[in-house]
Amino acid sequence: MKKTLLLAIKDLKLAFRDRAAILLMLAAPFLLTLGLGLITGRLSAPSGASSGLRDIPVLLVNQDDGELGQALVEVFQSDTLAELLEPRLVTDVAAARQAVDEDRVAGLVLIPAGFSHSVFTPGARVLQIELYASPSRPTSAGIVEAILEEFLTRVEEGRITGMTATLSMLESGWLLPAEAETVGRSMGRELAAREEAGETPLNLVVKGTAAAEPQSFDVMAYMAPGMALLFLMFTATYGGRTFLAERRQHTLQRLLTTPTTVAQVFGGKMLGTFLTGVLQLGILIGASSLLFNLKWGDFVGVVALILCASFAATGWGLLITAFARTPGQVASIGSALMLTFGILGGSFINLEMLPPFVQILSRLTPNAWGLDGFTILALGGTLADLGRVLTALLGMGAVLFAVSVGLFARNRNLVQ
Amino acid sequence: MPPILEVHDLVKTYGETLAVKGLCFSIAEGEIFGLLGPNGAGKTTTLSILSTLFPPTSGDAIIGGFSVVKQADQVRRLIGIVPQEIALYEDLSARENLVFWGQMYGLAGKELRQRVNAVLAQTGLQEKAHHRVRTLSGGMKRRLNIGVGLLHRPRMLFMDEPTVGIDPQSRRAILDTVKELNRQGMTILYTTHYMEEAQELAHRVGIIDHGELIALGTQAELVRQVGELQTLRLQFEEDQSVGALAEPFTRLPGVVRVKAEDHSLALLGESAEKMLPPAVQLCGEVGLRLRTVQIQEPNLEALFLHLTGRALRD
Repeated sequence: MKKTLLLAIKDLKLAFRDRAAILLMLAAPFLLTLGLGLITGRLSAPSGASSGLRDIPVLLVNQDDGELGQALVEVFQSDTLAELLEPRLVTDVAAARQAVDEDRVAGLVLIPAGFSHSVFTPGARVLQIELYASPSRPTSAGIVEAILEEFLTRVEEGRITGMTATLSMLESGWLLPAEAETVGRSMGRELAAREEAGETPLNLVVKGTAAAEPQSFDVMAYMAPGMALLFLMFTATYGGRTFLAERRQHTLQRLLTTPTTVAQVFGGKMLGTFLTGVLQLGILIGASSLLFNLKWGDFVGVVALILCASFAATGWGLLITAFARTPGQVASIGSALMLTFGILGGSFINLEMLPPFVQILSRLTPNAWGLDGFTILALGGTLADLGRVLTALLGMGAVLFAVSVGLFARNRNLVQ
Repeated sequence: MPPILEVHDLVKTYGETLAVKGLCFSIAEGEIFGLLGPNGAGKTTTLSILSTLFPPTSGDAIIGGFSVVKQADQVRRLIGIVPQEIALYEDLSARENLVFWGQMYGLAGKELRQRVNAVLAQTGLQEKAHHRVRTLSGGMKRRLNIGVGLLHRPRMLFMDEPTVGIDPQSRRAILDTVKELNRQGMTILYTTHYMEEAQELAHRVGIIDHGELIALGTQAELVRQVGELQTLRLQFEEDQSVGALAEPFTRLPGVVRVKAEDHSLALLGESAEKMLPPAVQLCGEVGLRLRTVQIQEPNLEALFLHLTGRALRD
């Protein structure tokens, strides 16, 4: 294990001394993110509210006859969200669900009958608003969910304020029990009126695990990981290139005449590629946090996602290396794969804008899974919410690793 | 001295190609053994098998009592390798390279530091220790390439054409290093296609051609195989190619064999003095303008020519 680690550290050192590699591993994704940020206005606007997504189709079914149901509909139909959302008020729940299932809309918001009453009546069980979202549109669903959660957070705050005030008035005898509901509703209307007047403008906010400060969904939170994941594939193929380059510059042959096993050499090369990828993502994420004030979300989740995405990308790099004969071949195949994965995986275009079959194909790429993960985290998710993403990335890496080792084993001699 | 290396009927094939054909030889402890042969003769393949880089198709070699086929790991601890190519990391410094390779040989801590410093001193690279290999001259790289092979104090050193492509000064330094290492007790297997290097360094020489050992012994023993044959070397002006004009020289009295090179002819015969007048006359007749004439005593080059009809440089 020690030699494997020493080999990996050597490769890490060499990778970060290679100016061309640094340019592609760090400078290129950083500059592209910066460029896209400038294009989308993220860097010039006081607060980034554009996600790059427009007109997200969402259906609203309001079965509530109270103020809150109406207030929520008005939020979705507000001018603030006019560019982002394309809400449509419908009544047929089954048809609405079918529209979501068929991926014609991003989600359905179902406000149940008696929702307002349940909120305003002390002791009553508060009814749940349902978000029925399309799994193939995680970003859009995340945005709708964020809007809902923001609304519900305010409702909850208003409910507690109202109840406290009403109870105080009841206890002090200023209010008769029969008047309690009327007063509560009146407070609710006042809150809604303030909302409408824009006194507290609505943000696309997810409350997120009791975080003290709500997090805004930011276009950079989509672009930066997109670019980082795109160039992570470069790092993975770069690792493969160094493997074949070692053979060409005869250091591999020299290594195999020292008391070092093939498995140690192989493991060291792979660990080196993996660590380079981890460091690359770590630096990009750290730098974008500092320079763009980008919030990547839950730290543990980000670390786990970096590790798993690097593992999956390393698997792809290894597979290419197993097929290629020269570093040039790895570079050519790697570049093609990097761009293909970039397009398929949503690094350039939001996946939700691509045809369904492309969305299915995208699941073969670490980019798509990684982007899903970073979007979940940016919208306030935690490590616990990444189960599916991390499992997919780990599984992808493990399968690719096994296939590649099998291919290498078939051509057992690495140097002849 | 007991043999440190014994090669038994070593064979290596690549598909249909027979690269090494049943080599058998041994090397005594403390000896410099020169494996001499032209490019493509099978020297590097032989050395690669002996250094456990890949296994032979059949046969075996025993180094220090360990089989290269069955006990590769033990063999690797006994041997040092100086490959023909500069097998170093260009973007690591000289010291970083030595440290890394030392670690691969299992050195660590104080011992590693001491050995790295010793090798830097031995190769005269102390002042360049922190320079990246990329910035070193060809000769320095060659010296460092040798230094890596010495890090773990091997009992036996394999050197594969270590002077290819370097300037005469660096070449001299490398040959002196080889002699010094041998004086310190190291056994060396040195492959080359330069006859002069084998003559200067090797206690015994094996001549290899087309994967076969065609001659083996001390230099005196080998030269005796040529008998009393001398070589008359005729060098012509550089604008003249002699290949097509060589045939008439084979019919000259006393000439046993003729070898044509780009601008020269090597005539092998019993007496260079007797071959000289008719050869000069023939040059005039066929229109070859002589530049220099050289008479060579029997040597390994002559032996190779005698055995194969080709020059070592072919």
